[in-house]
Amino acid sequence: MTPEELYQIAEEEQESLKRFHFRMFVCTAAGCLSSHGDSVLDALKKEIKEAGREEECLCKGVGCMGLCSEGPLVFVEPDGVLYGKVKVEDAKEIVESLGKEPVARLVCPIDLPFFTRQKKVVLENSGVIDPERIEDYIAHSGYEALVQALTEMTPAEVIDGVFKSGLRGRGGAGYPTGLKWSTVSKGVGGAKYVICNADEGDPGAFMDRSVLESDPHRVLEGMAIAAYAVGASQGYIYVRAEYPLAIKRLQTAIRQAERCGLLGNHICNTTFSFQINVRLGAGAFVCGEETALIASIEGKRGQPRPRPPYPAEEGLWGCPTLINNVETFANVPAIIRNGAEWFAAIGTEKSKGTKVFALAGRVKHTGLIEVPMGIPLRDIIFEIGGGIPDERNFKAVQTGGPSGGCIPKEHLDVPVDYDSLSQLGSIMGSGGMIVMDESSCMVDVARFFMEFCMTESCGKCVPCRVGTAQIHDFLQKIINGDAVPDDLEFLKKICDMVKETSLCGLGQTAPNPVLSTLRFFRDEYVNHIVNKECTAGACKVPAKQEVHS
Amino acid sequence: MRTSFGKPSPPSEDRRWKIIGATMRRHGYQPHALIETLHTVQESFGFVGEDAFHYVADSLRIPLSHVYGVATFYHFFNLKPQGEHTCVVCTGTACYIKGASLILQAIEDEYGIKPGETSDDGKLSVLTARCIGACGIAPAVVFDGEIVGGVSATDAVNRIRRCLQK
Repeated sequence: MTPEELYQIAEEEQESLKRFHFRMFVCTAAGCLSSHGDSVLDALKKEIKEAGREEECLCKGVGCMGLCSEGPLVFVEPDGVLYGKVKVEDAKEIVESLGKEPVARLVCPIDLPFFTRQKKVVLENSGVIDPERIEDYIAHSGYEALVQALTEMTPAEVIDGVFKSGLRGRGGAGYPTGLKWSTVSKGVGGAKYVICNADEGDPGAFMDRSVLESDPHRVLEGMAIAAYAVGASQGYIYVRAEYPLAIKRLQTAIRQAERCGLLGNHICNTTFSFQINVRLGAGAFVCGEETALIASIEGKRGQPRPRPPYPAEEGLWGCPTLINNVETFANVPAIIRNGAEWFAAIGTEKSKGTKVFALAGRVKHTGLIEVPMGIPLRDIIFEIGGGIPDERNFKAVQTGGPSGGCIPKEHLDVPVDYDSLSQLGSIMGSGGMIVMDESSCMVDVARFFMEFCMTESCGKCVPCRVGTAQIHDFLQKIINGDAVPDDLEFLKKICDMVKETSLCGLGQTAPNPVLSTLRFFRDEYVNHIVNKECTAGACKVPAKQEVHS
Repeated sequence: MRTSFGKPSPPSEDRRWKIIGATMRRHGYQPHALIETLHTVQESFGFVGEDAFHYVADSLRIPLSHVYGVATFYHFFNLKPQGEHTCVVCTGTACYIKGASLILQAIEDEYGIKPGETSDDGKLSVLTARCIGACGIAPAVVFDGEIVGGVSATDAVNRIRRCLQK
C-alpha cells in the first residue's frame, strides 16, 4: 500500500457515499444491539428496497452513538434527525418521511448538552463509520497517520511528537505515554512487543468495549505507529472474552488491514513489518495489571510480579514490551495527523486531550461520552447527563471503579483531571463514572467494591489476600449492626496497611472506596454503628436491631 | 509416568477434539497456547472437563497441575457442564446501583437456584458476571447469549419461564 493507493481508496469511498441523497446510520454497538438495533437495521434496509429507493438511500450499521439509554438509535443525513427507541414497526414510517417532516414521536433532540458539550477525538468515527469495513475508516482519514509516520518520519520523531502532545496513559495511572515509548525504544535485545490492554475489568466501565466495537482500525493503527516508534514487530491485543462482538470486529479488522498491506510484512513498501494477534482474557480482573497481563499471554495464571524491572525493560518473554490501554492507542493517530500542538491545546496544563467516560447509574442520559480534560464534574452529571431522574437528589459519583473513590456534592466543581481527582482520594481510572442518588447506602457501596476486590485478589501477596477479606468482613459487620465505634479506627488502620504493603495496583488501590467513603460519608458509618440505622434505608439494619435488643 | 512424547490421542472419537487439536497445532504445541486452548475446549464442549485436562496437558507437555491451576484461576472457565439454558445476571457497579441483587433474589425465590448453580433437571444455570459492559442499559441480564437491558425482577423471571418453555 502506497500513500497514493490509500488516497485513492479514500476518494472512491467518499465518491460512493456522495452518490446517495439520504444516509441512514443505525447504531449496532452492544447497547443498541441488546435493544434489537440489528433488526431495526434489517427492517430499514427492507423498507428502502420495497420503496425502490436503494439508489438514493444508504443504510448502514455504525458504532456507538453514545446515548445508550435511548437506543436503538438511528441518525439520518442530510436531514440531521436523530431517532431514539426505534422499533422494527417504525421502519416504514421513517423511510417514508425521508426529505419530509421527521417522525415526531421518535425524534431525539440533537441540541442536548449531551451532544453539544462533548469533544470527540477518540470517538470521532464512532457512530459515523461502519466498523466492519476498512474502506469506510480509510475514507475518514484512516491509516493516514500510519502512512505519514512510516514514509515521512523517523521513529524518534514519532516518539517526540507523542511526548510533546502530553498524552498520558488512559488506563488509569496516567503515566506519560511518550516517556514509556522512549524507554521501550531504548531497550536492547532482539524482539520487542507491543501490547494493547483491552482487559477492561472495572465494573461499570465500557469505554474500551465501545471503541473496539465502533472503530477497531483506529486501535490497530495506533498500535502499528507505536510498534514503528519503539521497533517492535509483534503485537498482541489482550481483550476480555466477555466482549464477543469486540473480538469479532477486531479479528475482521486485522484480516482487512493485512489484506490491504497495512499490517503484515513490509508495510507501505518499507522495511517495517508488524503482526497483531488477539489474545483472550478469561475473566480475571487482576490481568489488567501489566505484569499479570503478560503472565496471562504467556499462558500462565495471571499473577503480578514485583516491579522493577518494568515491562518496558523486561516484559513479555523477558523482552522490552510496550503496554498501553485501548484509548491511549486510539489517541495516537489523531496526534500524528493533527500535530502535537493541536492535541496539547485541548485540556489542562498537566492533563492534555480528552477523556472518554462511561456515564451510568442514577442519571438521566446514560451512555458513552468524551469530554475535554478539566471539565467540572458538575457539568458532566447535570448538563451532559441531564441530572438525576425521578426527582431524587444527587449523593455521590464514583470514578475509577474498585480502585477509585466516591466524590460527594461538596466537591462537584472539581475539574476532571488526573491530579485533581487523586487529591480527593479517587482516581481518573479507566473512565467508569457511576452516579448515585440518596437511595444508595455508601457503606454498602464500599462493601460492594471490597467484595469485588476480595474475590478478584489473585492470592499471591498476603496484605491483599487477607486484608481485603478482613476489610470486607468489617464492612459486613457494620451493615449488620454488630460493630462498635472503635471499629472505625481499626478499619482505617487495615485499609492503610493494605494500601501500603500490597504487591500490585489491585491491592494498593483496593481500600480507596472505603477510605473515600470514610472521609466524606463518615456519618453514614456512624449511623449504622451507633443508631443501627441505614441513612439511605437500603440496608436491613433495623431488623437486626430487634434481634439485639 | 509418561516417558515418550508422541502425539497423544484424543480422549474419544468425538469430532470436537479435532478442533481443539487444530488450535494447539496452530500455536505449535507451545505451552503458552494453554489459555487459548482452554477457550476452544469451552467453546466446543461448553465446559472444561477432566478428559480435556489430560489431553491438553499431554499435548502441550505441561504438568496436569499447571493446567488445573490455570483453569481454576480464571473465572471464565466452567469445570462443570452448564444447564440447557443459561441466565447471566450482570453484577457490575451500574447494575448493582440499579438493583441486580433484586433480580438474583427473585430468580432464587422462583426457581431455588443460587448464582453458580444449575437446576436439578439440568435445564437452567444461573450465573453472575462481573460486568458485561452494558452499563448504559443497566440492569442487564444475558438470557441464552442475548443481552437484555433495563430488566426488572419480574421481567427476569418471566423471560426465564419463556426460555424454559422453548
